[in-house]
Amino acid sequence: MKKGTKRICSLVLLVLIALLLFWLEANKSGQGMLISILQKSAILAIVAVSMNLLNGFTGLFSLGQAGFMSIGAYITAILTIPVVNLDGVYYMNGVAPWVRALKEGMEAGPSWLQSVYPFLALIVGGLVAAGFAALIGIPVLRLKSDYLAIATLGFSEIIRAIFSSPQMDTITNGSYGLNKVPTFPKFFGLPSLFTPFIIAGVTIALMVLLINSSYGRAFKAIREDEVAAEAMGISLFRHKELSFVVSSFFTAISGGLLAMFMRSIEAKTFSIALTYDILLIVVIGGIGSVSGSVLSAFLVTASKEWWLRFFDQPLTIGGWQVPLFRTGFRMVIFSILLMAVVLFYRRGIMGNSEFSWDGVARLPGRIKGWFSRKRPAHEAAGGDGI
Amino acid sequence: MSGHVLELQNLTMQFGGVVAVDDLSMYVDKGEIVALIGPNGAGKTTAFNMITGVYAPTNGAIFFNGEQIISNHPQGNMKKLYQGGSAGKFPNVMVKLPDVITKLGIARTFQNIRLFKDLTVFENVLIAKHMRSKAGVFAATFRLNAKEERAMRAETMRLLEILELADLRDETASNLPYGKQRRLEIARALATEPSLLLLDEPAAGMNPQETAELTAFIKQIRDDFKLTVFMIEHHMDLVMEISDRIYVLDFGKLIAAGTPDEVQNNQRVIDAYLGVADDA
Repeated sequence: MKKGTKRICSLVLLVLIALLLFWLEANKSGQGMLISILQKSAILAIVAVSMNLLNGFTGLFSLGQAGFMSIGAYITAILTIPVVNLDGVYYMNGVAPWVRALKEGMEAGPSWLQSVYPFLALIVGGLVAAGFAALIGIPVLRLKSDYLAIATLGFSEIIRAIFSSPQMDTITNGSYGLNKVPTFPKFFGLPSLFTPFIIAGVTIALMVLLINSSYGRAFKAIREDEVAAEAMGISLFRHKELSFVVSSFFTAISGGLLAMFMRSIEAKTFSIALTYDILLIVVIGGIGSVSGSVLSAFLVTASKEWWLRFFDQPLTIGGWQVPLFRTGFRMVIFSILLMAVVLFYRRGIMGNSEFSWDGVARLPGRIKGWFSRKRPAHEAAGGDGI
Repeated sequence: MSGHVLELQNLTMQFGGVVAVDDLSMYVDKGEIVALIGPNGAGKTTAFNMITGVYAPTNGAIFFNGEQIISNHPQGNMKKLYQGGSAGKFPNVMVKLPDVITKLGIARTFQNIRLFKDLTVFENVLIAKHMRSKAGVFAATFRLNAKEERAMRAETMRLLEILELADLRDETASNLPYGKQRRLEIARALATEPSLLLLDEPAAGMNPQETAELTAFIKQIRDDFKLTVFMIEHHMDLVMEISDRIYVLDFGKLIAAGTPDEVQNNQRVIDAYLGVADDA
């Protein structure tokens, strides 16, 4: 396919996405389900891609995503909850004076600054998480594969325990969690519905740029063979640390967005189950494929929350109520689908290749290929009959 | 120090109670092709791993272009266990990681090929160029180093053309035939712009014709890239034809050194390779 054609295709795709968003904005009340699924997918796509940066491109098997997300979520929530709501949120233990002072100071700022605060809060959350990543990366990144996974998992649980500890009551509201978090801010006058998609687009684009740069190639070299990479003059520690810090930064940003999306957070939200969900998205999408992660973020979210809902409703066929169809059954179906993917489609939807218009152009041919491969046997059987 | 490109002084590597390399002293001069030979398990690759920073030597020092780059003496438990020679000669400790050694200008290949298997031939060589790139993460991410990036790609292409791999540039490295993989490994090492090239058994698994080609090829790159070559090899035809000097290791100890003729006629070398009859 020519370069010009590809560009036009990409442009058309972008316009279609924008049109879809405007349509959703116009039909907000009717399409609540679709909107929330798309928004959640966009948020999870950011974590999935940043986990892929670490697992798929640098070969570091880290399971600390939930921890870094909680850092981003808590910081964003604390910084954005309006002062008026503070007493309502911290009704049990009260709020630490310095937090209140900080927030009152923030609200005294000029109004143009106030409209940027939510974005600043996201970035601050990202920077704090990146700082933590840099610190724990020093001891932890010496470990390999499973050991690294266990160490990062431990870190994630420690963060969660700290956030829900009674000592942090006046800051994180301990085990009660934070609520009344304002929803997504407006982005340059565009409706707030657009914000998660724009942020997801920008952050994922940044990560793709990094992956395709000279540093991204060094990451891949480390994934392929650490000994050889080191012999090619690539400092293992520097590059692993870089990948870890960048990944944590974007993970925390998506954590902040998740807080805005859910409007209320508690430490339980960021348990190990969240990390598994993200790992699932990465594996189904294809380890080492950014577009695969984005695609599967949508597929997994949509099937978990929407398409498979059908299995949770009681189903009656001809007066007989199918006993399996009850609340929770969709998770069984979901797990079976997952096993099928892992057994028969191990490399995920995209393997480690990326979305390209050439690939789309080849798709009809490939689908035809599936059918024509089966046909000879069918025809041979038919021929015998005649 | 003297004008040697590479000099090893009393280099010893002891793993637990096993002395893999014992008191090895040798040098390589500019523009030379020097071979390190010896029976299996003689400690040749261990010596390479010490030079390239994979292992820190138990005792001894390494000099590159007259400057000390690595130095160590037995520490901790090893103080009691140490069985090698020249203890107490190297008071200071200087240890470097492999990437730092490569940056100094020492590149290597591996005995069992270690390519970036899932990446293309072009990417394999391009990655080696990363080390010499000056751009920071932000500059590289936002493509502010476009000029440098173009230069890196152009140089990679030039290297592939010289090494006759240009037509395979988009092939996945693991799909190449064995001989080409060896060649690609050398191309990748050359991309780090070394002045000293260490080849670990470059002819392993090659037939006589391929070995003959390789002999010419090593001489050619030595001249084209103004390299000094230090290699480990088992193919005696290759070693005898190409080497300016040869060092022979047996059970970690240096048993002979000299020109190919001298080494060929050395009784200890013959004994080491053919074995000594018990009743002799």
